[in-house]
Amino acid sequence: MARTMAEKVWEEHVVRRADGEPDLLYIDLHLVHEVTSPQAFEGLRLAGRRVRRPDLTIATEDHNVPTENILGPIADKVSRTQIETLRKNASDFGVRLFPMGDLDQGIVHVVGPQLGLTQPGMTVVCGDSHTSTHGAFGALAFGIGTSQVEHVLATQTLPMAPFKTMAVTVDGSLPPGVTAKDIILAVIAEIGTGGGQGHVIEYRGQAIRELSMEARMTICNMSIEAGARAGMIAPDETTFDYVKGRPHAPEGAEWDAAVEHWKSLRTDEGAVFDKEVVLDADRLSPFVTWGTNPGQGAPLDSAVPDPADFDDPAERAAAEKALAYMDLAAGTPLRDVRVDTVFLGSCTNGRIEDLRAAAEIIKGRKVADGVRMLVVPGSMRVKEQANAEGLGEVFTAAGAEWREAGCSMCLGMNPDQLQPGERSASTSNRNFEGRQGKGGRTHLVSPLVAAATAVRGTLSSPADL
Amino acid sequence: MEKFTVHSGSAVPLRYSNVDTDQIIPAVYLKRVARTGFEDGLFAAWRANDPEFVLNKPEFAGGSVLIAGTDFGTGSSREHAVWALQDYGFKAVLAPRFGDIFRGNALKGGLLAVVLPYEVIERLWEAVEADPATEVTVDLQEREVRAAGVVQPFELDDYTRWRLMEGLDDIALTLRHTDDIDAFEKRRHTWLPVTQ
Ligand code: SF4
Repeated sequence: MARTMAEKVWEEHVVRRADGEPDLLYIDLHLVHEVTSPQAFEGLRLAGRRVRRPDLTIATEDHNVPTENILGPIADKVSRTQIETLRKNASDFGVRLFPMGDLDQGIVHVVGPQLGLTQPGMTVVCGDSHTSTHGAFGALAFGIGTSQVEHVLATQTLPMAPFKTMAVTVDGSLPPGVTAKDIILAVIAEIGTGGGQGHVIEYRGQAIRELSMEARMTICNMSIEAGARAGMIAPDETTFDYVKGRPHAPEGAEWDAAVEHWKSLRTDEGAVFDKEVVLDADRLSPFVTWGTNPGQGAPLDSAVPDPADFDDPAERAAAEKALAYMDLAAGTPLRDVRVDTVFLGSCTNGRIEDLRAAAEIIKGRKVADGVRMLVVPGSMRVKEQANAEGLGEVFTAAGAEWREAGCSMCLGMNPDQLQPGERSASTSNRNFEGRQGKGGRTHLVSPLVAAATAVRGTLSSPADL
Repeated sequence: MEKFTVHSGSAVPLRYSNVDTDQIIPAVYLKRVARTGFEDGLFAAWRANDPEFVLNKPEFAGGSVLIAGTDFGTGSSREHAVWALQDYGFKAVLAPRFGDIFRGNALKGGLLAVVLPYEVIERLWEAVEADPATEVTVDLQEREVRAAGVVQPFELDDYTRWRLMEGLDDIALTLRHTDDIDAFEKRRHTWLPVTQ
């Protein structure tokens, strides 16, 4: 029978199947960070259990880390305790950890792919919903809770009920100035924050095939914002070129065998998805959010919507609540919305290509008066590469702050936060109330829109410069 | 884990949809390394800033069943959201739809996340708002919710129901199958990466 890629990868990882029980799935790679792991390690300790496969586990520090003065102790005592707890747990249980200051430290979803640890056909989990990022390689990658983190540490498996499958096909080619971020924001606005619920989304179509690996990661990253468990993209030459030669990639005959196998994972002709959505890339334009969930987005060319125009009462109420929180009046052109802060970074858009794209716009220009721009590389390797290409200088010369690697202003857990009432254009993935700091207001944007917005001070695209 | 068979208690009507886990417990509360004491983070922003927020109303104090709108628990995978609800005293959450990871976390940890049709949620909201003392019964044995004249069956797979009713720990259940895991590991592709 014709099968989808998600089904093939699932089948390959079933350790045990029994009637009336969830499948027991084997996990090939387990990524760990400081926030969702302490209680899991504590659980192991209390039960006298060990980590079954430290060699399939890797840890990094990201959510709590400051992005300046990283060699001093962390000022916030609770954050410091959490980092110290991870260091102790990693050393007690034999897990390899990239601490602050290490060249391999960075956001967990940037670190895995860059080391070549994320490969097609694998199962990848992490106590973090944006684990869906790794699906860009054709891996089945999904976020889990802390009890499941403990379960994977102890057994390297997870009992799971099968997901449903969904195809999001993006036909045509992206117009210039339109990016992967605009695709995924448009997809979420189209299907809603619950539209992918219970499903693994496979992104396909010409526009997806034309994307680089990093752009594919941006798309898969935000699958969770559409409610999906995971996002996947079929591995192809772009994928193989990206993986080849990375520190943990297979070599020689192993490489050939792996590629052979990876090619076989693509969805069979005639396979049926539980749900299908089609989008036309030619018609997309830069997209931004106006509300407090990632589904509340619209083309930059449009205006803040009027809640009265929503038919569904729940959506109307949500829009009213969002506009009140965002302090936006219906009908305001989105281009007139003034921001205080621009954040370029996160596991959605903190990779080298994102920094290059933004730097190209910013180069020779200045960040607008009264606007603060934070540029935060997704990992120390990204920072090193950016510096080698002179991008760091471009950002600093424009008046932006060029920081060290971490989650930074994606979430209010470290010193980089919005003040109450402040408004940001942010390349991250969540515009929830207070996500970037108590009372902060977030507009999700692409790196290109972030750069242009920094220069003009209002939501803008490079075409406006 | 505590066994769950039948729970009866008063309820809290949360008339919001899309309550993501950042709202259930903001990130600053996630910094702790212990497993208890997360109740102060529950809906922290709303409790602190909005006197009209339902948990700030004395008539809903002590409620143990949360009745929420569509897409409750979307967003971040933080299991702290489940712990915060449990530490605050909630035993069950009823909603028309849940974020997948949240629901999984809840059912793993013994917080019963029950999907009910929107109309039923609406009726329960009205009943509880009219009389905050309304008793809501969540019966896992029979797989039904009963309150104010409503008797509404809900779906939950047999395996999860059995595990919750027995109060069983997933890890111990899986460790019974260590032989299968050992055997599987012998069949894995040789090119798969190791981290050390
Ligand atoms: S960058 Fe943001 S979304 Fe990504 S892992 Fe960090 S906190 Fe989560």
